[in-house]
Amino acid sequence: MITWILRRLFQSTFVVLAMTVIVFVGVHVIGNPVDILISPEADQAERARIIANMGLDQPLWKQYAYFLGGALKGDLGRSFVFNEPALKLIAQRMPATLELAVTAVLFSMTFGVPLGLYAGLKPDGFLGRTIMAGSILGFSLPSFWVGLMLIMVFAVELGVLPSTGRGTTETLFGVPWSFLTWDGLRHMFMPALNLSLFNISLVLRLTRAGVRETLPMDFVKFARAKGLSPARVIFVHVLKNIMIPVVTVLGLELGSTIAFAVVTESVFAWPGMGKLIIDSINVLDRPVIVAYLMMIVMLFITINLVVDILYMILDPRVRLGGKS
Amino acid sequence: MTATIEVRNLQTHFFTRAGVVKAVDDVSFSVNRGEVLGLVGESGSGKSVTGFSIIGLVDPPGRIAGGSILYQGKDLATLPEREMRSLRGNRIAMIFQDPMMTLNPVLRIDTQMIETVLAHDKVSRDEARRRSRDALGMVGIPSPDERLMAYPHQFSGGMRQRVAIAIALLHNPDLLIADEPTTALDVTIQAQILAKVQELAAEHGTALIWITHDLSVIAGLADRIAVMYAGRVVESGTAAEILDTPRHPYTHGLIGSVPSRNKRGEKLRQIPGMTPSLLSLPAGCAFRMRCAHATAACETEPENTGEGTRFLRCFHPMEQAA
Repeated sequence: MITWILRRLFQSTFVVLAMTVIVFVGVHVIGNPVDILISPEADQAERARIIANMGLDQPLWKQYAYFLGGALKGDLGRSFVFNEPALKLIAQRMPATLELAVTAVLFSMTFGVPLGLYAGLKPDGFLGRTIMAGSILGFSLPSFWVGLMLIMVFAVELGVLPSTGRGTTETLFGVPWSFLTWDGLRHMFMPALNLSLFNISLVLRLTRAGVRETLPMDFVKFARAKGLSPARVIFVHVLKNIMIPVVTVLGLELGSTIAFAVVTESVFAWPGMGKLIIDSINVLDRPVIVAYLMMIVMLFITINLVVDILYMILDPRVRLGGKS
Repeated sequence: MTATIEVRNLQTHFFTRAGVVKAVDDVSFSVNRGEVLGLVGESGSGKSVTGFSIIGLVDPPGRIAGGSILYQGKDLATLPEREMRSLRGNRIAMIFQDPMMTLNPVLRIDTQMIETVLAHDKVSRDEARRRSRDALGMVGIPSPDERLMAYPHQFSGGMRQRVAIAIALLHNPDLLIADEPTTALDVTIQAQILAKVQELAAEHGTALIWITHDLSVIAGLADRIAVMYAGRVVESGTAAEILDTPRHPYTHGLIGSVPSRNKRGEKLRQIPGMTPSLLSLPAGCAFRMRCAHATAACETEPENTGEGTRFLRCFHPMEQAA
């Protein structure tokens, strides 16, 4: 188990290294920040000074080496715009995105699994069919439109939920969190629901497919032949088998939810990382873009690792394979 | 001696979109305490559905459409699900064909055994665990304490079937329905499992319904044999009667198909054709299209033409010599 984790970490370093090259080169072939950041009135000398200051006069490989050296020390460069460490900028915005994404994933579980279970147990019932039809909408409606509709209905027409910002925050570990106050939770509800709509549909369909697939299995019939209650058969025997794919998908989706919260954050003016990256791309603030992308890469690697470990806990067959 | 279970004119039908499938149509038999009934037939003859009907696990679109299943004065065919559940796994147990599939792959053996104990008896977890361990030991699993903590994939097929048997026998049931439990196993393991079930059933006076398509399996085990064809019992009697003097042409054909019964170098005997679709069963004897003895008389359904304890549905019974 330990050797397995170490091996995975070792592999991950290579992935990170490869990603730095791709991200660094990718960001440097699009646009020139000099044109945007330096005011047209600046004279030649000042221009050269600023370019040198940003390190843009160096050849690309030298810039990369410099970046890598800094990265090893935990320094991903300074923002051209804010003149602050890029990592610090991202770290400031991260809690907002994180709590939004985690809440969204929790929503997908709490809504997706029970709905999918119901649809799987009663596939021909009216409610079961309605759930499945609804999940198609969840997949296909564009997220920004759903966000706007949510605001229209709950904030404008009914006036029951706030539409922008994080609301009152409470500080924990030196970081402001919205989920600790009632007002913050109220602010978070709509963006989180908006963000989770796709995942709810995904989890719902996965769960339903799993139930349909597992129910006719012999071990379910045997469990019933043992005289177990229907609740025990479904919630222990069936559900535990289904949770394996659901956890995998949800884990992977947590990464994308964080990475692509951009739209939801824009619609609900949620001050998270997504908002930051959009602004940074607009002004070609390279260090922030690079730092953000690196963060996301690290995030995906970590999540994958955690999912694999969870997998081992849920599925004993994988556990044995890992040992040998 | 009163019968442990008595099945009378059982009809289990599947109401599909394509029509009504009469998987079990007018089946009657009874099994006494400690007795072994062999239920023999080809795939699709309705033998498994008969088993599921008794334990009340026929899934929609199927349901028991007629007849009765008498157990201790109660009719299981109409018993409310709640009462049925308290019998299931307790007084009436079942083991299945494929041991690779009957145990839940993600739950430990102890979980799967203890839940069975607790489903019917109000005992402590420790007591339930103790009983589970004893049951594992009883079916011949070495170091049962350790094995309780294992997962199904850590067992071989034969061992898994032993675990399934241990689970089925946890409450010393009055009736055990064995649905081809040795079909998926090696011959040597088959023999061990057969002997074990026979021994345990005899010990507790458990009545046994052994469902199989393999006459050679049942030959040494069953007290009585019922042969099913297309949802009906076509012939039943004591094991000796059926095996030595089969009267129905179908039984005769089945016995003739066992390779060891054929002479070496001779072509194997076989029953021509295959089981008819239960959706479009013609009137009359269902076997007549495959039967060498069929006449115009067979176009009406034969009733019992046997004598005494011997049940037979045939207008043209075979002569005594098999």
